[in-house]
Amino acid sequence: MRTFEMEKKTTRDAFGEAVLELAREDPTVIGIGADTTSNLGMKKMAAEMPDRVYNVGIAEQNMMGMAAGLAASGYRVFGGSFAPFIAMRSLEQFRTFIAYPHLNVVMAGGMGGLSAANEGVTHQCPEDISIMRSIAGNVVAYPADTAATKAVIRALGSHEGPAYVRLGKFAFRKVFDENYKFEIGKAQVLKDGKDVAILACGAVIYRALQAADVLREEGIEAMVLDCSCIKPLDEEAVLAAAEKTGCIVTVEDSTIMGALGGAAAEVLGEHRPTPMKRVGIQDCFTESGDLDGLMDKYGLSVNDIAEAAKAVIARK
Amino acid sequence: MQEELKRLKKMAVQIRRDMIEATAHGQGGGIHIGPALSAADIAAALYFKIMEVDPKEPYWPKRDRFILSKGHAYAVLYAALAEKGFFPREELLTMRAINSRLQGHPSYKKAPGVDMTSGSLGNGLGCGLGIALAMKKQGTAHRKVYVMLGDGECQEGMVWEAALAAPHFGADNLAVIIDHNHYQSCGVLDEILPLYPLEDKWKAFGWHVMEMNGHDMSDIVSKLTVAKEFSGRPVCVIAHTVKGKGISFMEHNNAWHNGRCREEQYAEAMKELDAQEAAIDAGRL
Repeated sequence: MRTFEMEKKTTRDAFGEAVLELAREDPTVIGIGADTTSNLGMKKMAAEMPDRVYNVGIAEQNMMGMAAGLAASGYRVFGGSFAPFIAMRSLEQFRTFIAYPHLNVVMAGGMGGLSAANEGVTHQCPEDISIMRSIAGNVVAYPADTAATKAVIRALGSHEGPAYVRLGKFAFRKVFDENYKFEIGKAQVLKDGKDVAILACGAVIYRALQAADVLREEGIEAMVLDCSCIKPLDEEAVLAAAEKTGCIVTVEDSTIMGALGGAAAEVLGEHRPTPMKRVGIQDCFTESGDLDGLMDKYGLSVNDIAEAAKAVIARK
Repeated sequence: MQEELKRLKKMAVQIRRDMIEATAHGQGGGIHIGPALSAADIAAALYFKIMEVDPKEPYWPKRDRFILSKGHAYAVLYAALAEKGFFPREELLTMRAINSRLQGHPSYKKAPGVDMTSGSLGNGLGCGLGIALAMKKQGTAHRKVYVMLGDGECQEGMVWEAALAAPHFGADNLAVIIDHNHYQSCGVLDEILPLYPLEDKWKAFGWHVMEMNGHDMSDIVSKLTVAKEFSGRPVCVIAHTVKGKGISFMEHNNAWHNGRCREEQYAEAMKELDAQEAAIDAGRL
């Protein structure tokens, strides 16, 4: 089973760096945070272009309103806070004042999924993707590492409309390099295989790849699909994976209700009913702990993924 | 000036006529007429004296902006925009009905002249602050963003997030007008959750505060002119108003928070408005 190195930087750092790179090219790019500009890697941008980064204080709803006002005046706004405060506390402001008028605002949820780890349930947010996916016209992405985060932000730099990007608190495993390509609405095959397709996003992609290695040792060829763009989901790629392998496993550190697993189930249920299993967080609240330990405890271990794959293969 | 005030007062009567027409004959069901009537004189002053906007170019970047944060008073905004020429007066009868540009609450990019989506209470000031800061960047800070809040709306927490932020960010091109009509959906504001001392609260948050009679056109024009010219701090104008103002049976009557006029009520209301116009012409009002 291959191993993946822990990155030195977090996807939050990468977010800030990518926004700064965009801001150097595009004078309409603005950064905004709710006492989170430093947490989101915007410190350098704030130093380099202080008039283009707003720290609005611990007031997420007002941050959304201000972002809407700036975007309605022609600016391209990149902002964020911790995922529960973006996807929950200020959700209505995002939905009604940013997404409804389809404004160019990208909001990042740092500490999305389980990545708030030792902060506990108050700061974790396995629900963010399900919630943000339900907002009309909103792009939802969950990059796996810093290289992927930069590619996502670059792509969103020329996208018309709102988007939500889930980021992590601590460093993730390095899966990709600077050649990583991200296209809105596109998935990519990371490993081909004929027996089962594993669809994964974000911080668990490396575990999906490791599970494929474990399965190979048992003679099972798993396809691994990078579905870091959860909305719009690449339906064609999902259906092609189902067609080729005949069974699907989804993996994410999200609730199994309505996130990548839900999105894949919707597509498969309507177009090509296929045996599938959603590996993710069940209908429960989690707890404090280290990210790896939490993933293992809440059903996202490499073994859990491999077992899910074998279970769906048996249902073919 | 007297002629100008007369013109503005008559415009306010016309805006009220438009709203009563929609309340009686609109295709979209009930209209929040009471909270729209309390804002009619202020809307007339804003759109026909204070603000610079261009109906031919609704998204002109150098325009003044108006955000009706108390978006349930949509009827007054739509009527003012129609009178200003953003869309035909007849279209007012479609407000809230299916296929209309005039959504149940104002929607940015749908109806020409609407500068920001609103209606979910508490949000307009934050949006207005964002626009005000954008104007500063774009060199149009000589223009102003006017945000009308309901008094009940000031019970929303986000109002105070934005109120705290605006002076800090130097948004002296932002003006709040509070339509202080003393009622909210369920009843009397003072009984549900009082705001006093409202003036002191805004002052404490760093705003320049003024009060005005929201139905005295001379006072409205005078105070809003000061607000327009004021610099150094954002401005808050507390407008003392009457819910349902202008139609006797609607005034101070919270049953008209949202309603529909029967034909006899429509006739009575129009008669009163005609009388008001005659009185304005005769210099008695």
